[in-house]
Amino acid sequence: MRRGPSAFNRLSIALGMVFLYAPMALLVLYSFNAGRLVTVWSGFSTRWYVALLHDAQMLEAVWMTLRVGLISATLATLLGLLAAFALTRSGRFRGQTLLSGMVYAPLVLPEVILGLALLLLFVSLGLPRGFWTVTLGHTTLTLCYATVVIQARLSSVDPSLEEAAQDLGCTPLRAFLSVTLPIIAPAVAAAWMLALTLSFDDLVIASFTSGPGATTLPMRLYSQIRLGVNPEVNAISTLMLGVVGLGVGIAYLIQRRMRTRSS
Amino acid sequence: MRTRPPLAALAPYLWLLVFFALPFALVVKLSLSDTVLAMPPYAPQLDFAAGSAGLKSFFAALDLETYRRLASDDLYLASYFSSLRLAGLATVILALVGYPIAYGIARCSDGARQVLVMALILPFWTSFLIRIYAWIAILKPAGLLNQALASVGLPPLTILNTEAGVLVGLVYAYLPFMVLPLYAVLERQDESLIEAAEDLGCTPTGAFWRVTFPLSLPGLAAGALICFIPMVGEFVIPDLLGGSETLMLGRTIWNEFFANRDWPAASAVAVALLVSLLVPIVLYQRQQAKVLGR
Repeated sequence: MRRGPSAFNRLSIALGMVFLYAPMALLVLYSFNAGRLVTVWSGFSTRWYVALLHDAQMLEAVWMTLRVGLISATLATLLGLLAAFALTRSGRFRGQTLLSGMVYAPLVLPEVILGLALLLLFVSLGLPRGFWTVTLGHTTLTLCYATVVIQARLSSVDPSLEEAAQDLGCTPLRAFLSVTLPIIAPAVAAAWMLALTLSFDDLVIASFTSGPGATTLPMRLYSQIRLGVNPEVNAISTLMLGVVGLGVGIAYLIQRRMRTRSS
Repeated sequence: MRTRPPLAALAPYLWLLVFFALPFALVVKLSLSDTVLAMPPYAPQLDFAAGSAGLKSFFAALDLETYRRLASDDLYLASYFSSLRLAGLATVILALVGYPIAYGIARCSDGARQVLVMALILPFWTSFLIRIYAWIAILKPAGLLNQALASVGLPPLTILNTEAGVLVGLVYAYLPFMVLPLYAVLERQDESLIEAAEDLGCTPTGAFWRVTFPLSLPGLAAGALICFIPMVGEFVIPDLLGGSETLMLGRTIWNEFFANRDWPAASAVAVALLVSLLVPIVLYQRQQAKVLGR
């Protein structure tokens, strides 16, 4: 469909983008507000960023979130790679429907249900709730997203490439590692990034599976927001948006360089 | 032809059985248990030491009492129906708002489309909690929206802590999920179909309703499902933007669990929610399998 956008099309795109981005722009703007209110502008200041640096609880929560994210994203990507491979490359096997069902369900399932279910598991196993239970919960949630991202790429890779490598004497594992894996590497990286982002972002599953003394950044933010809007929350939000912006920018540049090199 | 599961499936299979399937069995079991004042706050407990007698008395103690309690309490029924109603309403608004955007993007040039799709995906990478938080400052009684309205002489609106606030939050958070599947089908559509319709005497509007729109229905269905299912159980949006009278199931589960410590009730609400989402989830999975599988 290429007819050029009409005036109406342009207007709906513009309104949609304003709707999506204006709240975030205002959030960033008011993080530099000198006053205590986030709705009345009273001059430029970076005092809320300085306050952030002295907030030990917030920094503790950031550190916990980073550790949970890095471990769970890595585990989830590895498991997702295996699941995607099993689902796309092995024909139909017994129990395939169950596996794909368990992979797709958490994508749309309300998080409260998964959080509650995981909590009951940890309670009945007698696991002390804290860092590791949150990590296990996040791995389960993000594993599904990782699988879908990798599977989408893997299903478009010609299996005969791998077969050719095997005909030439590679073991199946070797053929996968030296032929298929380099082709799907960008998707694996994207899956890892997505898993990391989802883990950083999650409030609900972390709240259910965490115990006393283990607070993630979203949990900390949530308890602050419940007390009312506050410029310090705006400041940390701005920093988080900045990190995401930077990450996406870097990913875009890498992608563009790879594209120019291959063409 | 069905064969033995491949070796690669072993680890993810075990993981999902232990951390996904088993927990759900526990939710169902707990919804059949009774609330007690203890830690963990439910009975009966399975006593492995008692062997088969313990197992027997365990199953004998399970009953539907919690469900009976929920069905007779207006609060639960009201929150059940208001979840479905709000999620349904938000899905309709999303379709109405999302379609023109997806259609517009599909008609842009290659370069513009790339940038716009990127702009749609970008919010997904940012924190959901933060994006919802951003709306509080806008919708507050003395917030930025009412300041803007006052400056042009319009009366203030009360949106925060009402159902309208929840709808704004739902539409805002799920808009990319509606636009992207719609855009995917619209972008692939063959332009010569429209030309053919116009050659045969259709007006451009007629061609849209007779050709473009029917062909985009799978995208609309995908977008509606992927938005509706999680919205029914949404917690953060009704909690931060809704009032105390805005009842939604996700919030009910959270409150039963954390505030009332009634774990069996929380589990029973979760089971009820899951059962009502079963049909949309199966539909969604079929569609995903069609797109990804072979």
